[in-house]
Amino acid sequence: MIVFWVALAILGPLIWNADPTALHLDASLLPPSLDHPFGTDNLGRDVLLRIIHGAAIDLQIGLFTVLPALTIGSIVGGLAGYYGSLADLAVMRLVDIVVAFPFFVLVIAIIAVLGPGLINMYIAVGLVGWVSYARVVRAEMMVAKQMDYTRAARVLGFSDARILIRHLLPNVIVQALIYSTSDFILGILLGSSLGFLGLGAQPPAPEWGVMIAEGYSFLARAPWISALPGLVIVALAAAFSLFGDGLADYLRPEIDN
Amino acid sequence: MGAFLLRRIALLVPVVIGITLAVFFLIRLIPGDPARTLLGIHATPELIAQVRHTLGLDRSVGIQYLIFMKALVRGDLGHSYFFSSPVSSLVLARLPPTLFLLAYATALTVLIAFPAAILAALRPNSIWDQAVRIASIFGIGLPGYWLGVVLVYAFAIALPILPVAGYGENLGEHFTFLLLPALTIAVSLVPLVLRALRASVMETLRAGYVDTARAKGLAPRLVLRRHVVRNALMPAITVLALNIGYLIGGTVIIENVFAIPGLGSLMIISIGTRDYPTIQAITLVFAVLVVLINLATDLVYAALDPRLRAEIR
Repeated sequence: MIVFWVALAILGPLIWNADPTALHLDASLLPPSLDHPFGTDNLGRDVLLRIIHGAAIDLQIGLFTVLPALTIGSIVGGLAGYYGSLADLAVMRLVDIVVAFPFFVLVIAIIAVLGPGLINMYIAVGLVGWVSYARVVRAEMMVAKQMDYTRAARVLGFSDARILIRHLLPNVIVQALIYSTSDFILGILLGSSLGFLGLGAQPPAPEWGVMIAEGYSFLARAPWISALPGLVIVALAAAFSLFGDGLADYLRPEIDN
Repeated sequence: MGAFLLRRIALLVPVVIGITLAVFFLIRLIPGDPARTLLGIHATPELIAQVRHTLGLDRSVGIQYLIFMKALVRGDLGHSYFFSSPVSSLVLARLPPTLFLLAYATALTVLIAFPAAILAALRPNSIWDQAVRIASIFGIGLPGYWLGVVLVYAFAIALPILPVAGYGENLGEHFTFLLLPALTIAVSLVPLVLRALRASVMETLRAGYVDTARAKGLAPRLVLRRHVVRNALMPAITVLALNIGYLIGGTVIIENVFAIPGLGSLMIISIGTRDYPTIQAITLVFAVLVVLINLATDLVYAALDPRLRAEIR
């Protein structure tokens, strides 16, 4: 199912390479039909075409909301957990402050200051989102650094860098990766809701949240404009949710119930 | 209880100071010179210097923070750039609808999630249990704002029995106007709390006192009501408190879908008008709200369970 969505995002626009933002005012607000399976919006743009072209944007949103947070959080959390003492204390106080804010509120506050748009959205999510990864990786690191294999590596005289990268990283990153699959879904939901509020992707981009917002004004006459992109989000999220469960079972066979 | 309360509040001081620091530095994230950004491209150098002075930007960061804190302690959240009024009165006027919506949504969440969790836990792997599991999988990826749009279509347009948007004039109207928004938030919150609730109910079912109650011949219905439900309520409060940030985030979005005159919609309006003091104040209020709700949760715990009071001491 994941393959389907990725293929849709990459191949879809190549196969049907019409412009998803071109206006066809003579064909506005048409209900779903053979010509336009998902109908058209108020500017006559084909809803299916826009959904297909939007797949690339929304998958990219999922990726770029997760990657910076995963990278920063793992590095900061890992180092804090490994070295402990003052560095750890400082990091954890910072984490306490960030988690005191409702996640979404802090993200839109940062976007408010930086200005709306996809890049600023990624920066804002990265600035807030790293804390969950830092917590997870730090906790794993505290356990892993006491393990026999770490002690053995230290006895052999390996450098901290080598122990961290070769021995500890593969062990502590698993839990963060499992978390990142559900975070990917949350990232897409977050990105599309920011698009809906006008803070993420900007019109006329066929981002799904933006499409839902555009269709909202025409809800009574043309409910398909808002309804269909939302259904697509639900379907995509369910696919990734099942994938995440599978990945967790694969990476952590010992806690398989 | 008094000592417990004091100790708990003392623990909050660093967090609250951290929150004010974060909110203070938030505005410094504005790229370039804030005074120039605020005034736009047509500003004269004299005007920029004047605004820099009123904002205190010509002094050191430490002094700026002290000025900010001094005003904050007096309840002064600054002056809105867009609405010509103090931010504090704006925020106060917008607070009740948001609090009402939060409470309403929480109540609906409990009303939906608790019975569902009990049904699923009583008969593991039954149709009910499977339904709950499937609902969790699909519910996680359900965009709240989209669900709101769908509900508006279903209950305000296709079947016009509920108002489309707004807050209403009196208490009765608040309940009808906020029914769809609160339901929307509740439905997107339920999948998050359902799994944890089901687990906690199952654990309670295995407890010794439940066996005892059954063994002494108490009717199953009574065992459920008196022993299981009561004891599973505590973990339910934990789960809800853990998701308070998510709940508030949902409120911000949903207020905008249903045009509810609360803090969330004010925040989005303020972003559109680049009204930084208002954005700053709302961010602060939401963070303080989270802190207060967590504090209240701890107090409820301590009141319900004397063991916790002893432990934290």
